[in-house]
Amino acid sequence: MTEEQTAVMDAPDTETQNIVRTRGVKRVYQMGKLSLEALKGIDMEVQRGEYISIMGPSGSGKSTLFNMIGALDKPTEGKVYIDEVDVAQLDAYELAWLRCRKIGYIFQTFNLIPVMTALENVTLPMIFAGLATDEAIDKGVDLLTLVGLGERVQHKPLELSGGQQQRVAVARALANDPAIVLADEPTGNLDRKTGREIIELLRELNQGKQVTIISATHDLKMLDVSDRILWVQDGRITKNQRRDELDLDLGQIGAEEE
Amino acid sequence: MTTESATMAGTTEKQISLPLSKAIEISFRSLRIRFWRSLITIGGIFFGIAFLMSILTSASINEALVEGGSPQVRALLEQQGADGDSATQQVWLVSLSLLVCVVGITNAMLMSVTERYREIGTMKCLGALDKFIIQLFVLESTFQGLVGSIGGVIMGCLFMLISMMTSYGWDPLVLFPVLEVAQNGLYSLGAGLGLAIIGALYPAYRASQMPPADAMRTEV
Ligand SMILES: Nc1ncnc2c1ncn2[C@@H]1O[C@H](COP(=O)(O)OP(=O)(O)OP(=O)(O)O)[C@@H](O)[C@H]1O
Ligand SMILES: [Mg+2]
Repeated sequence: MTEEQTAVMDAPDTETQNIVRTRGVKRVYQMGKLSLEALKGIDMEVQRGEYISIMGPSGSGKSTLFNMIGALDKPTEGKVYIDEVDVAQLDAYELAWLRCRKIGYIFQTFNLIPVMTALENVTLPMIFAGLATDEAIDKGVDLLTLVGLGERVQHKPLELSGGQQQRVAVARALANDPAIVLADEPTGNLDRKTGREIIELLRELNQGKQVTIISATHDLKMLDVSDRILWVQDGRITKNQRRDELDLDLGQIGAEEE
Repeated sequence: MTTESATMAGTTEKQISLPLSKAIEISFRSLRIRFWRSLITIGGIFFGIAFLMSILTSASINEALVEGGSPQVRALLEQQGADGDSATQQVWLVSLSLLVCVVGITNAMLMSVTERYREIGTMKCLGALDKFIIQLFVLESTFQGLVGSIGGVIMGCLFMLISMMTSYGWDPLVLFPVLEVAQNGLYSLGAGLGLAIIGALYPAYRASQMPPADAMRTEV
């Protein structure tokens, strides 16, 4: 299926359900006299409750796109809408609020705060959101239990394995019951088995809590659980596949891997 | 803090807050983990303030001695003469040492910011406002300033007292101008805290302006 056809399928009647929508997003990195167009006009929609994977080779612009969707960076051109609100119109407070309450981020490098325990890492966004300390602690313990770390709440990140740190990061991303969880190569620094566990965890959250998940990845295992895959190449979306259109290819991938 | 009750009321739906107690906890922890470096920064403040305090203490004790000292002491004092030249020289020296102090603090804080690039970015991704980041760094510096200044005040005062006692016998102790020295101590403490805050402002501002997207980038 071509890009145009898919775009038509997604079009106007479902527009109100789009939790994320981008229009003509470009991002140019200026490095001295050199300028590099990392995104060359991205149009995409994500509906509430979807699990989307953004696939593409290294340097294709996944992380850059990701920063745009996550309101972590401003597009050079074009617009990003979250819940149909133009992110560029938000002031500093609203932006912080969006990052704190609406979006949960998971990074390839975990990005836990090293001086804080697992529990403190998870409760920090709740504190920002104005939750009382004991409430935050209760909720933090619940979340860490949910990701299978109920026994390790007082450990510092360095006392945890990579997989465990990423679980803490998942729990932290869920701290304020975000509508969207953004994950940039969440399994990139994990071995296969641990990576799969994290992916399954994300899938469970997606199905159980109806969290919209958008994940950039190289990891073909991610395809398994995604509702839709956006293929990015050289700053453009080249393919937009639903999972049912993909099953055929998947058999091959599975065969290659096992 | 007040924010707790405010959010309970539900009136502040879009509010993002960092209670002071939590901010203090976080910055205290950041200092502890860089204990030796913090100690060096504290050392700089300590010596600067000790110098300032010793000069102030010396002036106060001198005054007390001129007023109520024994005849021999007064004779000694007159012999040395409280000449204006050395006083301006001292002011210069003190100012210079305090300046070095600020530069030291700024340098240490800048290092700390660079080191915590990713951590700051992460906090912003979690919803931290620019002012939280500023608050954390200024608090850190304030702690260092507080510890260094208190140490410096005590050290400067004791040092000057003992050194004057070696020249003038028991008089400096007997006539010790407690009130004035205490006041000097407060000034010095204030100076130390002020310098610590001034030294932290630029690094803290720089940290707060960091774009959160950078936290996502793997290579740093
Ligand atoms: N801050 C930046 N400054 C300059 N160039 C950048 C910056 N961030 C990304 N780029 C460039 O933009 C392009 C896209 O980078 P991006 O990080 O989005 O790729 P990616 O698809 O996430 O790759 P990977 O899979 O390796 O993480 C690359 O050519 C990269 O060099
Ligand atoms: Mg990337």
